[in-house]
Amino acid sequence: MEILEEKKNKNIGYKPILDSIPDWPVYQLSKNRKEFLEEVTQKSIEQIRLLRPSRKQLLEELETTVFREQNRIKRNRWRVDPKDDSRFWTGIKNELIEITNKTPEEAGKKEEEILYEIVSRYSKEIAGTFKPRSYRFAREVIKFWFRRLLNGARVKKFGAIFRSQYALQDKIHIVGKVKMLRRLAKKGTVVMVPTHFSNLDSILIGWVIHALGLPAFIYGAGLNLFNISIFSYFMNSLGAYKVDRRKKNLPYLETLKMYSNLAIQKGAHSLFFPGGTRSRSGQIEKQLKLGLLSTAIEAQRNLYMDSDAPDTRKIFVVPVTLNYNFVLEAPDLIVDYLQVKGQDRYFVEEDNYGSFQLIKFMFKFFTKGSNISVSIGPGLDVMGNYVDDEGNSLDTNGRIINTREYFMTNDKVTVDKQRENEYTRMLANRIVSEYHRINRVFASHAVAFVAFEMWQQKFPRLDLFGFLRLSEEELEIPYDEFKEVFKKVRKEIYRLEEHGRVHHATHLKGDIDIVIRRGLENVGIFHLNRPLLRNKKGNIVTQDLNVLYYYHNRLAGYDLEKFIG
Amino acid sequence: MTSKSSLDKPVGVVGAGNFGSVIANILARHRRVLLYARDEDVVKKILKTRENRGHKLHKNILPTNDLAYLASQCDVIFPIVPSAHFRSMMRKLSPYLHPYHILIHGTKGFDIRLPKGETIETVESLSRAQVRTMSEVIREESVVVRVGCLAGPNLSRELAQRQPGATVVASPFQEVIQTGKRLLRNNRFQVYENTDLVGVEIAGVLKNIIAIGSGCLSGLGYGENAKGLLISRGAVEMVYLGRILGGNTKAFLGVAGIGDLVATCNSPTSRNYTVGYRLAKGESLNEILEEMQEVAEGINTIRIVKKCAEYYKARPLITDTLYKVLFEGMTVQEAVDYLMRYPLNVEIDFL
Repeated sequence: MEILEEKKNKNIGYKPILDSIPDWPVYQLSKNRKEFLEEVTQKSIEQIRLLRPSRKQLLEELETTVFREQNRIKRNRWRVDPKDDSRFWTGIKNELIEITNKTPEEAGKKEEEILYEIVSRYSKEIAGTFKPRSYRFAREVIKFWFRRLLNGARVKKFGAIFRSQYALQDKIHIVGKVKMLRRLAKKGTVVMVPTHFSNLDSILIGWVIHALGLPAFIYGAGLNLFNISIFSYFMNSLGAYKVDRRKKNLPYLETLKMYSNLAIQKGAHSLFFPGGTRSRSGQIEKQLKLGLLSTAIEAQRNLYMDSDAPDTRKIFVVPVTLNYNFVLEAPDLIVDYLQVKGQDRYFVEEDNYGSFQLIKFMFKFFTKGSNISVSIGPGLDVMGNYVDDEGNSLDTNGRIINTREYFMTNDKVTVDKQRENEYTRMLANRIVSEYHRINRVFASHAVAFVAFEMWQQKFPRLDLFGFLRLSEEELEIPYDEFKEVFKKVRKEIYRLEEHGRVHHATHLKGDIDIVIRRGLENVGIFHLNRPLLRNKKGNIVTQDLNVLYYYHNRLAGYDLEKFIG
Repeated sequence: MTSKSSLDKPVGVVGAGNFGSVIANILARHRRVLLYARDEDVVKKILKTRENRGHKLHKNILPTNDLAYLASQCDVIFPIVPSAHFRSMMRKLSPYLHPYHILIHGTKGFDIRLPKGETIETVESLSRAQVRTMSEVIREESVVVRVGCLAGPNLSRELAQRQPGATVVASPFQEVIQTGKRLLRNNRFQVYENTDLVGVEIAGVLKNIIAIGSGCLSGLGYGENAKGLLISRGAVEMVYLGRILGGNTKAFLGVAGIGDLVATCNSPTSRNYTVGYRLAKGESLNEILEEMQEVAEGINTIRIVKKCAEYYKARPLITDTLYKVLFEGMTVQEAVDYLMRYPLNVEIDFL
């Protein structure tokens, strides 16, 4: 670390913004875990009763929940599921059957009890446990091994593995509004919303948060990640809470949202992937899941309701994009995507990568030149307005807006679910457009885009599926032809950057042959079948069209197709 | 919902034209109304005569020339000014607006943004990104998000006579719809709800095109068969264009679509209809425009829609033909002959 500061690398270490772990909101949360979970349970129940006011509706909801849970246990069991899962739900089912013989009053009481049982079980299941000791330990382990790997790989001398010449900062570039993020985290509560391409995102973003000197965030992480033991260990110690996407019943969803909502209200910085699941197509998310996003808006409204003070704690939404040359799961993701496209089926969470594969990948990652960049977007208020360094919301003319007023009717802060649903949709749109703006174009994305589009234009009669069925041997582009088009597209990317619609990595500039070579070398670098390479004649060919399509998609949505022909 | 403070606050109307005055009168039955007029003389005249554009104004209406005052007094504002002035009006109003304001506009026209030095005739192409509905202008120019619009068969003269009529309040926000309903509704005026704000706005704008066509037919002395044909084919063209511009088909089948279309196409009091009628009688567009007090939105709409349809490679037959009549010297008779000879087969292909 010491050596690093003298280097030209911009990613110098950042001092922590809060000195000791006991000051961190996430620590406060886990210290009072029991009280907090009880509050989550009570408030979730209130919310559910509001949505299902009559006894009959509640009973139906409970029956549906049991039915679905038992189905899940039968059909889709995971390693992380608690041992007593089946017993618990059979028990609930029996209790529900008994209700039918009871007087209305008794039955009503019993229903409340059952609801309490379910909701408090869910809230315990969702809750993360943040333990300072294992947090520190995990952090050190990650740092230590990353550094060892890096040095062993880079400096090709025996014994290099014990040097400290390179740190993770060299591999992972953090760009964008870092200073602002640090300021906002002191001023208010940050809700970070990154794009989601790979299971590695969770670990990577954990490291980024630490590297920026921010206190630990609470994370909404897919429960499937906890199936992989190495992830499970790290995620647990990083303060992750679990999001089980198999559970779509109302009590579960309300409990999950309440957990996030209350944690944000209590000032815990939070992070979740608003796309809900990894992008299957390789495109930047266009549709976000509104459930967790709505909790940021609700939390802000509650804060305003609780206090009239002008300096009421504000919530800041910070979009982040993760930019890779290589996504480990790409070949499987794109197959998933192509299978369900047009059929409107849900993705099945399958993880073909265990701990071993991941470590192997990590090693490859550090031994070969494949950089990752993390772009931190500007802070937004919960309505999607930009904020200044002081956290003031600004309108398009730079005038300060009072965010409280979005929640006011007749001079008072009011609760209006429908209004907030609409606000959530507006916020989601803002985040998506911000993603596109802060997205960093790598040479590897650009070569994939250009090659795929050029080939597709040669077969105008084929639809996407027909085109993807072509044999890879039929596809070849003379290098010079490719270079011409690449030049045009690169120019257009520059133009987009000038208009503030995208960013590009500095390596995209400079001699065109070098840029193309860098792109070809890096695109999907560790796949068995390379999506793009040059053959003996020097022409551009592919070994896997599907995977090429995946990497190409990263630049979809910028209207760059026009510049291919 | 109706706390005391909301009942005390006046409602604002920006724009003291024909329709603005009528809406102010309807609102004044429930609340005090601040009516903004750009021209100071108009304010003075109203104060003196209690009349504007031939409408006797309700005693609850107070005219004003001060946008800052209006915005500070009113939480709910109805901007009703011609589309050509809408954006500049919003720019003047915007500094006084807050996120708690609710804006429900009553303007049926598009706003266009052109590169500097270009006019609609010279600009190369016009995409949807450059064509904005009034609610989009409000969102772009101010911090207000709770936006809605009024649409439907709202012929000012009939409303002023308290004949039965209806309007649609469209907004993605229930709060806006319910506020609009509460303020406007009375036993002679029905208020419908719609959540497809942009669809309703587009329907209201596009019907003005067909209204000009309807005026043309009457001007030539044709009867109900011809008009029936025009209205039904016009409705299909509206749906077709609406889809290109981002409206949902449903909005076009309701009060704001068919309802407004039929009313305007049969109404000699409508400005757009009048333009068509006088064209058919052989007057030139310039002669007609010189004599008109208020804007016929349909003329500009035809210009915009024609250009925009070109961008999306669409061929709206009625709009294109009317464009030729308005700007390229085709006579109305030639236009009708052309349309009658045009080979068409499938009647309805959008359901």
